[in-house]
Amino acid sequence: MKTSYNVNEKGFYGEFGGAFIPEMLYPNVEELRQQYLSATAEPSFQEEFHSLLKEYVGRPTPLYFAKRLSEQFNTKIYLKREDLCHTGAHKINNTIGQILLAKKLGKTRIIAETGAGQHGVATATVCALMGLQCIVYMGEIDIERQAPNVARMKMLGAEVRPATSGSKTLKDATNEAIRDWINNPVDTFYIIGSVVGPHPYPDMVARFQSVISEEIQKQLLEHENRENPDYVIACVGGGSNAAGAFYHFLDNENVKLIAVEAAGKGVDSGESAATSILGKIGVIHGSKTLLMQTKDGQITEPYSISAGLDYPGVGPMHSHLFETKRAEFIAITDDDAMKAGIALAKTEGIIPAIESSHALAVLHQKKFKPEDVVVINLSGRGDKDLNTYINYFNL
Amino acid sequence: MNRIQNKLSENKKILSIYFSAGFPNLNDTKSLIENLAKNNVDMIEIGLPFSDPLADGPTIQASSTQALKNGMTTEILFEQIKDIRETVEIPLIIMGYFNPILQFGIENFLKKCREIGIDGLIIPDLPLEIYLSEHKQLFEDYGIAMIFLITPQTSEERIRLIDENSNAFIYMVSSSSVTGSRDSFDDNQLAYFERIASMNLKNPQIVGFGISNKTTFQQAVKHQKGAIIGSSFIQFIANNPIVNISVFIQNLL
Repeated sequence: MKTSYNVNEKGFYGEFGGAFIPEMLYPNVEELRQQYLSATAEPSFQEEFHSLLKEYVGRPTPLYFAKRLSEQFNTKIYLKREDLCHTGAHKINNTIGQILLAKKLGKTRIIAETGAGQHGVATATVCALMGLQCIVYMGEIDIERQAPNVARMKMLGAEVRPATSGSKTLKDATNEAIRDWINNPVDTFYIIGSVVGPHPYPDMVARFQSVISEEIQKQLLEHENRENPDYVIACVGGGSNAAGAFYHFLDNENVKLIAVEAAGKGVDSGESAATSILGKIGVIHGSKTLLMQTKDGQITEPYSISAGLDYPGVGPMHSHLFETKRAEFIAITDDDAMKAGIALAKTEGIIPAIESSHALAVLHQKKFKPEDVVVINLSGRGDKDLNTYINYFNL
Repeated sequence: MNRIQNKLSENKKILSIYFSAGFPNLNDTKSLIENLAKNNVDMIEIGLPFSDPLADGPTIQASSTQALKNGMTTEILFEQIKDIRETVEIPLIIMGYFNPILQFGIENFLKKCREIGIDGLIIPDLPLEIYLSEHKQLFEDYGIAMIFLITPQTSEERIRLIDENSNAFIYMVSSSSVTGSRDSFDDNQLAYFERIASMNLKNPQIVGFGISNKTTFQQAVKHQKGAIIGSSFIQFIANNPIVNISVFIQNLL
């Protein structure tokens, strides 16, 4: 699909994107750029990809009409149930795609970065499935905060290496993964977990995740006899679940896109991850995009109660959607997200990931018409967040 | 001819030293440069610290982080070295990541460099293609040399393209790795040094990454014009007073 909101042939979305990488990475990234479209378009690749998504991941995930929630907000709300994917979130759609590509390119060693651990688990899972060596970089502080996911990765046979530099969180884990790739340029494939990094990663990850919007179109046709909703709402950290949920609607301006960022303790509190509001154009992890930084160009550490949303940058596709106003960006605080999360549990019997709770909180802030069809991408389930829910609500 | 070309035309091997500006102390910058020049160092790379130096190993990461904690900024660096040309004649190069330069404003940055007498820039994450299409003219207008990296994985075609678009020297990364010290180079690296030398490039090559002692320095300059030492110098000044730089240099040559 070719649209003006999609990537151009040079790897840019408007002025955002590109591949701002040191020369040491050039051969690897260039190999990927030359191959990712042709290799993934091959019938054998597509067949294996879709077969694994169906048999292993459990796709298609339901597009569930949330009846009680719809009554409460007097509009038609559908939840795209990515939380029902194997490993508990949409992340695995992308890791399945990238591991198949890695195999095609003859790579034998897989590296990944992870923040909360969801992408690390999804990567460790597909490495176990394919019998490939897996090394996951994770900030030292995140390793302490996310012990269950560290244990999961170990059970799946991955080695979890602590990132001890800088702020010891996701951005530093990403730096360490990039350094590993520089040190191992021949046999290693870097599976990036979001629509970030140098071109072609943002486009490649968006394509693998676009199965979400592809399914939404088919399923909505069955439910509502129409392909396109009025609204698609998704949370944005790096932005992979939003990229996947928006993908087939990017060029159809009748579908309104809402990207939900984490306001943390408030956009002006100094403890926030609302990159579109607080960020300025710059270069992070090989991509020109909006990012949170000091006046001097040093990248700052974001904050959100949700570990999956506290990335100081945002994918270049989303920077472009923000600048062109194609998508509306809404910032949701920790408190509002937590309330929306527990409200969904009580109304629909679904415990969402706190990331997804940010998207749900939009219902409490924005008025929709009774006839509107609103699709919310429920990107992950709340099991991993139980401790945070327990502490927050004194459960 | 500019200062870099002049220096490279001398009939000798070049020793270039890298340090992170603002390390170990915020205001060491000028004194470090002057002491290096006094001790017959041929060229200096002043590292502009960055929060996320993704091509650097642990030593430079740590010095960069410490420099930022000490309060180093682009403006402070320029202020510290504004009169450096009154005391120092050797070529001075700034090595920094693209984001801080972008925030300062690329043209502003080049203008400042020209005012002070900085001769060249190394920006590891500004790729050749973007430089050529968006920035080359500006660099030429301000007379600042852009220095590109090559690695053992860089194709011959790309090396030729880089050679064509360089007018100072080519920064040869010694191995597929981030910055950091090593004790000696292996046969693969030595073969790579020889292979590049036999390409008869128009620009001289200076080897960086992994050079730490007399052995690695001698190996690097056997076929190339010079070598750059960073991490091991940073380790030295972390533990020794600046006036002892002479000891470090004597041990190398």
